[in-house]
Amino acid sequence: MSQTTGSTDRAVVRELDAAARRGYNLDGTKAARVKRRLTSRRGTAFALLIAVLWTVPTFGLFVSSFRPAELINTTGWWTAFENWGWTLDNYNEVLFSASSSAPQLGSYFVNSLAITIPVVVFATVLAAMAAYALAWIKFPFADWVFVIIFALQIVPLQMALIPLLQIFTTTLKPAQEWLHGVVPIIPDETYVQVWIAHTIFGLPLAIFLLHNFISEIPRELMEAARVDGATHGQIFLRIVVPLSVPILASFAIFQFLWVWNDLLVALVFSGGTADVAPLTQRLAELAGQRGQTWQRLTAAAFVSLVVPLIVFFSLQRYFVRGLLAGSTKG
Amino acid sequence: MTTADLLGKIFQILLGLAIFAAVIGLILFLIDRAPKRGRDWYQLVLFLAPACILLAVGLLYPAVRTAFTSFTNRAGDFIGFDNYVWMFTQPEALQTLGNTILWVVLVPTLSTAVGLAYAVFIDRSRGERIYKSLVFMPVAISFVGAGIIWKFVYEYRPAARPQIGLLNQVVVWFGGEPVLWLQEPIVNTILLIIVMIWVQTGFAVVVLSASIKGIPSEQLEAAELDGATNWQRFRNVTLPGIRGGLVVVVTTITIATLKVFDIVRVMTGGNFNTSVIANEMYTQAFRAAEPGRGAALALVLFLLVVPVVVYNIRVLRKQREIR
Repeated sequence: MSQTTGSTDRAVVRELDAAARRGYNLDGTKAARVKRRLTSRRGTAFALLIAVLWTVPTFGLFVSSFRPAELINTTGWWTAFENWGWTLDNYNEVLFSASSSAPQLGSYFVNSLAITIPVVVFATVLAAMAAYALAWIKFPFADWVFVIIFALQIVPLQMALIPLLQIFTTTLKPAQEWLHGVVPIIPDETYVQVWIAHTIFGLPLAIFLLHNFISEIPRELMEAARVDGATHGQIFLRIVVPLSVPILASFAIFQFLWVWNDLLVALVFSGGTADVAPLTQRLAELAGQRGQTWQRLTAAAFVSLVVPLIVFFSLQRYFVRGLLAGSTKG
Repeated sequence: MTTADLLGKIFQILLGLAIFAAVIGLILFLIDRAPKRGRDWYQLVLFLAPACILLAVGLLYPAVRTAFTSFTNRAGDFIGFDNYVWMFTQPEALQTLGNTILWVVLVPTLSTAVGLAYAVFIDRSRGERIYKSLVFMPVAISFVGAGIIWKFVYEYRPAARPQIGLLNQVVVWFGGEPVLWLQEPIVNTILLIIVMIWVQTGFAVVVLSASIKGIPSEQLEAAELDGATNWQRFRNVTLPGIRGGLVVVVTTITIATLKVFDIVRVMTGGNFNTSVIANEMYTQAFRAAEPGRGAALALVLFLLVVPVVVYNIRVLRKQREIR
């Protein structure tokens, strides 16, 4: 998902906000509402059908993850009432079992966090700095630099994978081995490659979005600060960053979900060991194994889904903004 | 995972963040100490340098490099357009292209159509937010998770045993024989496409619902007073009013679909004739040790994305002029 023009994003976000403010009181009188509801009974039936169809697959997996292995593999989850039996063993096994054949998701869960959190920080900070410079420091080719960064959003990350991996192998590998030699507690496979790759792939969209927001900060505010003798560094830290918190948060949430849910970048840059690989990669591995064991796969899937779902349900408003803004990234 | 492992990981994160903070701190410090002469220029470079260096080294240069790689074989020798000839002549590769076309035709149209109908029907109804959340939820989870959820729905058991996959159970209820869905060519691609539609519809609902709420209520009321039927009102007031939203939805989903990788990887691995460009790109470049072919596929992906983006930008610009 790469690109989109910020102006639409903003237009849509504005509409969303306006709609939220108006609430659901658009439809005038109660009588009108009753009438409308009567006329669209078929519409309601359709909506209900879609809502059920969209929910059932997830629900089925969720229910199954709490059923004992022998029940999952011999009976459908929709018969859970007739074939009664519930357990937490599946979660216990995928997370904590140390046996070599177990999924051992604990490590991968930590990896997912360890990859995602720093990337969000790196991308957001670097993009905010670049966006500020492009918006508020006058220089001859400002527009050109901005256009190039905008154009980079179109480049699918598939275009960058092969050469970037080569660059990492020649430069980062020796550095990591050296670090492993000095501080043995750090494995020679580290998060650095994945961090850098994700940060780079997140930057074009981040700069673009933040630029749109930061460039609309009132000019008087900036000029007043300049007159008072503030340097660009001070203006950035004391004015721009505090004012941009909403857009920074939206971008951060979106980037968080995008990195957490990513598989391709992880496959290429993580090396696939329990030292670095995130949950998604481990899940894909488990799903691809012969004779899949659904008691593991169902629980494992929910271990990876729980974080995005918490983010989603608690921050839906910001997520919608981030999504509208970032729906096009990747 | 041992405690030592965990400590090592935490230490690594802290070290990474500390180094990053030190670099940024140093840059901001240098910006504050900028010499009076040529001050703006100096500060500009410091602000822009980290992002620009990363983009140049990590995206711009690799993209150009990939374009060149697509004209080489596995030994790195120049072979002209052979990789592209391979792509458009070998049955396997053609299957991949054909599948991608099927994806790009079906996913954006069906997600948008279902999403629009849903958004219209739930508009201003009781429980609208819950309705929206239910369909929107798949947008937040990973394609990998979605793949596993649906793999379970498509799961197969021999006819003699009780089914555990919902789809086959439905087939059995209607008196049919269970099918190994994911190994049945064409049907399997359609079933993977359904997963993508399931994920993308929520996005369409949220954007289109926001657009619908942006239509001035006077227009709808005027149409009602004029005696317009529901369908006429939808056709002549709602649809034109949400044109911008529709373009965003269709183009965004199209681009996401062109790049779809995880769903295919998790559910079939690209076997049984289900591969698509992005999956084949990964397979060729990183499994089959054919970076030239992988690069050629990446370039084709890029060329397919560009017109969609250009169209998007043109429509939006025209709309802004009208306003």
